[in-house]
Amino acid sequence: MAYSDKVVDHFNNPRNVGSLPKQDPTVGTGLVGAPECGDVMKLQVRVNPDTGVIDEAKFKTFGCGSAIASSSLATEWLKGKTVDQALAIKNTDIVAELALPPVKIHCSVLAEDAIKAAIADYKQKQEAGQAS
Amino acid sequence: MLKFPIYFDNHATSPMDPRVLEAMLPYFTERFGNAASRNHKYGWEAEEAVEIARKQIADLIGASPKEIVFTSGATESDNLAIKGAAYMYREKGDHLITAVTEHKAVIDTCKRLEKEGFKVTYLPVRKDGLIDLDQLRGAITGKTTLVSIMAANNEIGVLQPIGEIGAIAKEKGILFHTDAVQAVGKVPFDVNASNVHMASLTAHKIYGPKGVGALYVRRRNPRVLLTPGIDGGGHERGMRSGTLNVPGIVGFGKAAEICRLEMASEGARIGAMRDRLNRKLHEGLDELYINGSTEHRLPGNLNISFAYVEGESLLMGINDVAVSSGSACTSASLEPSYVLKALGAGDELAHSSIRFGLGRFNTDEEVDYVVAKLVSVVSKLREMSPLYEMVKDGVDLTKVEWSAH
Repeated sequence: MAYSDKVVDHFNNPRNVGSLPKQDPTVGTGLVGAPECGDVMKLQVRVNPDTGVIDEAKFKTFGCGSAIASSSLATEWLKGKTVDQALAIKNTDIVAELALPPVKIHCSVLAEDAIKAAIADYKQKQEAGQAS
Repeated sequence: MLKFPIYFDNHATSPMDPRVLEAMLPYFTERFGNAASRNHKYGWEAEEAVEIARKQIADLIGASPKEIVFTSGATESDNLAIKGAAYMYREKGDHLITAVTEHKAVIDTCKRLEKEGFKVTYLPVRKDGLIDLDQLRGAITGKTTLVSIMAANNEIGVLQPIGEIGAIAKEKGILFHTDAVQAVGKVPFDVNASNVHMASLTAHKIYGPKGVGALYVRRRNPRVLLTPGIDGGGHERGMRSGTLNVPGIVGFGKAAEICRLEMASEGARIGAMRDRLNRKLHEGLDELYINGSTEHRLPGNLNISFAYVEGESLLMGINDVAVSSGSACTSASLEPSYVLKALGAGDELAHSSIRFGLGRFNTDEEVDYVVAKLVSVVSKLREMSPLYEMVKDGVDLTKVEWSAH
């Protein structure tokens, strides 16, 4: 299968690989996918509590080159966005940016799910913090 | 001097040996005759060349030349053997036995026969990829006419116990067909020693041309009859009509002759190279799992799962090495290899596997390059792998509730 130049670039030079402290109340973690399906994405965001803006995003992905590129691109896009702006990122935006072929669309869906899961985790932590 | 991409995919196909090409060339041009033309020199010399090749192939497997039926390749041979025997002996019985790890040419042929009313037992395999002979015995009924089990697996390279299978088939009075495509020319294979009734062969896996294969069909003890799949001029004892591919057959014969003469030394050399690849990978990386028996295995095969790294991304990282993840026939799909799944190793290890197929033209220098590349790419991808991180943190991956999608 031929990969687009952008997929190859993200694969060879992945942006923001790594992990943030999971227990930190300003960090939201999303873990989506399943090993037996061939892809698992862990995507983390750290939100500045004063501004509500995502100031750090990290990922680790087990998956094909397109899955790695989708999550790498997602972390790039997340930085500097508010939580609500982050939730507006659609998998179709990722498909367009990376020129993913039809068989790889599920990679972009997984990346969108990972963003939503990370934000949901962050929001849950915030609500739990306010409640206590 | 290394030539890129390095070719470690000799189970998919093998480069043609220059000696084979040289033998073939005259049969494209000045010796272009039709082997079925009985009235002139062109036909006679084509026929003579075909008969020499028939003997070269027969000699490689301990058969008589008359037992070799030329086809377009092993897929056709598998179809002819299984359908041909099933139809011919339908009055005797309607039950066939094969295994879940067979090539698609066997599995899909059996599925077609099931739609036509035949009954098929697909034997499971053990963790080492081999069938259980007691299960085979248990599966045979009074209605069984044929058992088809491959000699060597195309993905994991394991050698099925065909001598024992042949003995069971003989004792029970049923036919034994083996897809011997990966085994012939690589390891000793003798149709009499193993009581084989039919064997599928192909030229392009043994450094010959694509588009030509053969089916060995036993003529004595017992004489096997087949219903032909292609009707026409009655070539090949009526079992396979169609003008013979003379240059291809000449190349197939030459390739078989080279294998017969060089197999012993070549097998030892390729086996040592495969062992070097395996040893050096284990020196550089942890958490490697070899798929299939290491004891009963083709010398050139190594199928390894690189845990916590996904196969397709691994192939992308080593794009100057030609290998395959799963089998070449299914790598366009996202499903992990059905052969690896059958070993029960878990889908994630199937997703992490690479098949290395070493062959005649590979070198130690290439092995060393591939090892260095893999160690670097696997290490990088594991740094990027959430699974590797979780395992290093002491998480049991089987206990995680994954969000399946």
